[in-house]
Amino acid sequence: MTSTIQKPLVEVRGLKVDFLTAKGLFTAVKGVDFTIDRGEVLGLAGESGSGKSTIALALMRLHRPPAIISEGSITVDGEDVLAMPESRLRQWRWSSVSMVFQSAMNSLNPVLTIFEQFRDVIVQHTGKTRQQARERAEELLTMIGIAPSRLDDYPHQLSGGMRQRVVLAIALALDPKLIIMDEPTTALDVVVQREILEEIVALKDKFGFAILFITHDLALMGQFADRIAIMLEGRLVEVAPSAQLIANPQHDYTRRLWGSMPLLTRVPA
Amino acid sequence: MTQSNVLLRIEGATKSFHLKPMFGAAHEVVALNNITIGIEAGKALAVVGESGSGKSTLGRAVTRLFPLTSGTIRFKGKDIAELTSRAEKLSYLRSVQMVFQDPFSALNPAHTIQHHLERPLMLHRSLHGAALVAAVREVLADVELDPEVTLHKYPHELSGGQRQRVNLARALAVGAELIIADEPTSMLDVSIRRSVLDLMRRMKETRSIAFLYITHDIATAQFIADDIAIMYAGQVVEWGKPERVIGNPQHPYTKLLLSAVPDPNVRLDGGGSKAFAREAEAVRAICRTASGSVLETEPGHFVRQVGSVA
Repeated sequence: MTSTIQKPLVEVRGLKVDFLTAKGLFTAVKGVDFTIDRGEVLGLAGESGSGKSTIALALMRLHRPPAIISEGSITVDGEDVLAMPESRLRQWRWSSVSMVFQSAMNSLNPVLTIFEQFRDVIVQHTGKTRQQARERAEELLTMIGIAPSRLDDYPHQLSGGMRQRVVLAIALALDPKLIIMDEPTTALDVVVQREILEEIVALKDKFGFAILFITHDLALMGQFADRIAIMLEGRLVEVAPSAQLIANPQHDYTRRLWGSMPLLTRVPA
Repeated sequence: MTQSNVLLRIEGATKSFHLKPMFGAAHEVVALNNITIGIEAGKALAVVGESGSGKSTLGRAVTRLFPLTSGTIRFKGKDIAELTSRAEKLSYLRSVQMVFQDPFSALNPAHTIQHHLERPLMLHRSLHGAALVAAVREVLADVELDPEVTLHKYPHELSGGQRQRVNLARALAVGAELIIADEPTSMLDVSIRRSVLDLMRRMKETRSIAFLYITHDIATAQFIADDIAIMYAGQVVEWGKPERVIGNPQHPYTKLLLSAVPDPNVRLDGGGSKAFAREAEAVRAICRTASGSVLETEPGHFVRQVGSVA
């Protein structure tokens, strides 16, 4: 198929996610439309409870009851995600779309070595042998700047920043087309955060995956995302290219969000 | 700075922990290395540093959670390690209050907000009956929470920002003179972070409460602090007025920290450049060794010299 106009990698239309609670139906995501192009970084910002993480989970169909997708469609790389049977879904997750979770440092299993966690993903999905998985894991670790010898360490033997890199490497293991990152650097200090973000940018340039980047740090997003979407109470209130959203925010809530950011002001000496 | 104004004086504070892991050899970790700083009454000192730099250890040492290996901490001129009588200790614990990072785990989920605020008022100020009810309402109003709405709620019914306000109210209730705030806003949303910082600043300005504000976020530190101290590897590497330290950073770690603060107008360019990571590694390597000599680069702005061992 050779089309001159490239279709977006991810197309979400009218997505609605409901939570069935004892007190009745609560709609966390109220009809959201967005697209992500190949190799694009879309930033998703908003306060806690605005539905950012719910969207992230719904994209991979990882949402669990009481959450249900009641309306809308999700298409990733031409495939209808909501129509996928369970068997295809298992295969599709991680090989097409992977995720770096909010507390990525805690998403490693503490009683398995780093290699075992790579092996799990690689062998499950590709049917490679243990030896091949080892080679791939070594390659991935080298790529993110950690010595391959650390594969036999346990998560607690690594620093927070290194654990975050490992989680990122596992997300890269199967060459996904989209990586969802849910507050990937919130628990880290700014120096380590910057190192990891530069790492992500370099890897993205090399492999061309797209990123859905969720955070509430608007300044960080401005540095990193191509477009930013602002979420408020389950709706997208503004979607714009980063530069435009920084220089000229349209929605009142976006302006308020910027106003509440304690930004560093430097008076040159 | 006159001596009488100094509320808290930390002098040569050193704390080392002896670690005896289940496997491997025992070793010593120097969390604080000869720290000397002071806080004046009604002023805020921000201690900024990365994870593991010793900034939280410093806060805990001030609350007397453990004794120092060497050095002294003086509160109003009195060494806190030498407080002996129960009355003295209680008075210190009352004057120095702590607000923690996680506003949820700092409150008991099984009790209402009313209970959380009544306890310190009863225990420390011996209030009962109508006076107690009035005092609870007063402190809630002080932190801008509506007593009618909040009093009978449980912690899970409040937002993170509201919970952190309750924690500040608790410190106010006992009449704190110094509040040690250990990353009080790092678990809050950006949109409410500012309002909690505003509240802290107002508490400082209108009630002359001093703050020891511990954070890794230099932008919020600038917002509240009268003095700022940058910590790295257990040492204070640079300190002075925020506008001087931030406007004219001298120590390589301070420079690195400032260059890493997200600036929305500076795009991160890819192209496989790992210049920042290389620089960060180089700075860490030269800053890791303890240094003894301190230089006053301009009045009130001190920098620890790199690479000169005392």
